[in-house]
Amino acid sequence: MGSPVHNLTSRAKGNAVAVSASPKRHSRHLLSNTLFRYYFLFSILALCLVLGLVILFIGKTALLLFGQISPLDFFFSFNWTPEEEAFGAAAFIVNTLSLTALTLLIAVPVSVGMAVLCAEIAPKWMKNFIRPVLDLLVGIPSIVYGYLGLTVLLPFLRRASGEGLGDGLLAAALVLALMVLPTICRISDDAIVSVPRKYRDAAYALGSTRLQVIFRVVLPAAKRGIISAVILGMTRAVGETMAVVMVIGNTPQLAKTLFTPSSVLTSNIVMQISNVEFDSTWNYALHMMAFLLLLISFMLILVIRILGRKRREV
Amino acid sequence: MSGSSSTGKGHPVKGGRTQAMEFSRTRYTARAQRRNKAATFGFYTLGFLVMLLIFWMLFTILAKGLPALSFDFLIKQPEEIDPGGGIGPVLFNSFYILFISLLISVPIGIGAGIYMAEYAPDNAFTGALRICVESLSSVPSIVFGLLGLAIFAEYFDVGLTILGGGVSLALLNLPMLARVTEEAVRAVPGEIREAGYALGMTKFHVIRKVVLPVALSAIITGVCLVAGRAFGESAVIILTAGLSTSGEMWDFNLFSPGETLAVHLWYVQSEAIVEDARQIADKSAAVLVFVVLLINLAFRLPLWFGKRRQGH
Repeated sequence: MGSPVHNLTSRAKGNAVAVSASPKRHSRHLLSNTLFRYYFLFSILALCLVLGLVILFIGKTALLLFGQISPLDFFFSFNWTPEEEAFGAAAFIVNTLSLTALTLLIAVPVSVGMAVLCAEIAPKWMKNFIRPVLDLLVGIPSIVYGYLGLTVLLPFLRRASGEGLGDGLLAAALVLALMVLPTICRISDDAIVSVPRKYRDAAYALGSTRLQVIFRVVLPAAKRGIISAVILGMTRAVGETMAVVMVIGNTPQLAKTLFTPSSVLTSNIVMQISNVEFDSTWNYALHMMAFLLLLISFMLILVIRILGRKRREV
Repeated sequence: MSGSSSTGKGHPVKGGRTQAMEFSRTRYTARAQRRNKAATFGFYTLGFLVMLLIFWMLFTILAKGLPALSFDFLIKQPEEIDPGGGIGPVLFNSFYILFISLLISVPIGIGAGIYMAEYAPDNAFTGALRICVESLSSVPSIVFGLLGLAIFAEYFDVGLTILGGGVSLALLNLPMLARVTEEAVRAVPGEIREAGYALGMTKFHVIRKVVLPVALSAIITGVCLVAGRAFGESAVIILTAGLSTSGEMWDFNLFSPGETLAVHLWYVQSEAIVEDARQIADKSAAVLVFVVLLINLAFRLPLWFGKRRQGH
């Protein structure tokens, strides 16, 4: 520090340093101020760079596919037998869509019901109990969900349905529903809580019961937030890999029934990627499937943004 | 409308009973109130069932694995053929890869979050950055796995390594870290920043001495959430760090294969031929969940107590 410091009493030291050493210290502060501004900017740009890398690396390899087979074959053929050079991904695409739809069909009523319970009905101590427990659920690794599905849910489904194997869309959808439940529930919860109190008061003043207030006033007012929550749940369901792999059966065919062993985009990638050469049509096809996943996620994020913008305007 | 004395007593939120006595009971209101009661009951039942399901699940995982757990199991080598294998190296790899990934992602993620909360001007450029962060956070984990595979196994040609797993995992963590930091920093009240500026502090000095200490507990909570998620992540690690270990317990070499506990659970369940695969899987799952709960809870406990002492 600056030279005058040595003859000061310890009590005054703190103050004196700030004043006496100020030119040096000041310039140091200015320097760190500038440096760190650039560091923070660099950090956020690094994030964008990562996104660029994702699109570049996956997209580049994916597009090599269409130099080898026609897009029509890839998107509309149900025949996936890589050993015979048949790369039709239609079955995986349809399965992914139907799995997501089935998951939401199970998860949305339950999650929104839980959100209503948390936000409108439950007493305070119960809210303070339910919310952390749901947070806990988010932390459980997806592989553990898959393992539970495999060891607990599948035997149960086998007994309940009389099917031989039990794996397929229904098992995967049940596991996924439990996984997206906290996501949808917490965000819908926030959306419902942020509905202004005066709406409810007005409805109660007209003599509504709580049920009527919930369904005719609160839920319509929180609609956009709840839809955003559902879409966020969708992105999680579409991209989930390990939990699905363990219960869906991993057979490249169209899931015609709830118990047909089948495969979705994510599960097929993770099952096959380690067996293929980097410069093969097979690898390109798998990358194209990953690229599709990427596009679906981006599309869903876009929808959430549009919803969010409209909500702010209203 | 009789007996106005009880009008002020019960807020309608409490339920329909007071109302029922006040208003003449038409068939319509009676039906509405019956439905209201039935629905309230239904919501509570739903909540009860979901909570029951969650606790049953946690109990199943932990009760199956934890009682059979021994210290030996935690440090022994996995066996390929004989029963009695442990999870020593994979457990070590889990923490090692988690450590590497946090080492890379925490500085950048927090930096990005601070930029978005403190520096970003309200213009189109910031809008584009925000779209980037949101898009990145929606990218499925398997895609990060493919990216890591393309960068490390193909471009640098080092194969499946701990380093590749750690870096890929860090990329997966980045957007979530940026988001929790941004939220935490935004929640800091503006007045205390202004007090700092009024003392002549530079912007960075205010962030370091005023904003970050206030936001710290929220940031730590966020980092713990991310760490818990990263500890159990498997899709990325399978593709980038592989399904095997180097066979040594304390292998700090960044370029050895780095199977983690979550991946080991998958491997044991799907490909292993040892006869006690089921027990190993049960115990691995229990350890996995236990550690994740520990990461989520233990790091937050001191913060809770700290808050309580401050009298919140």
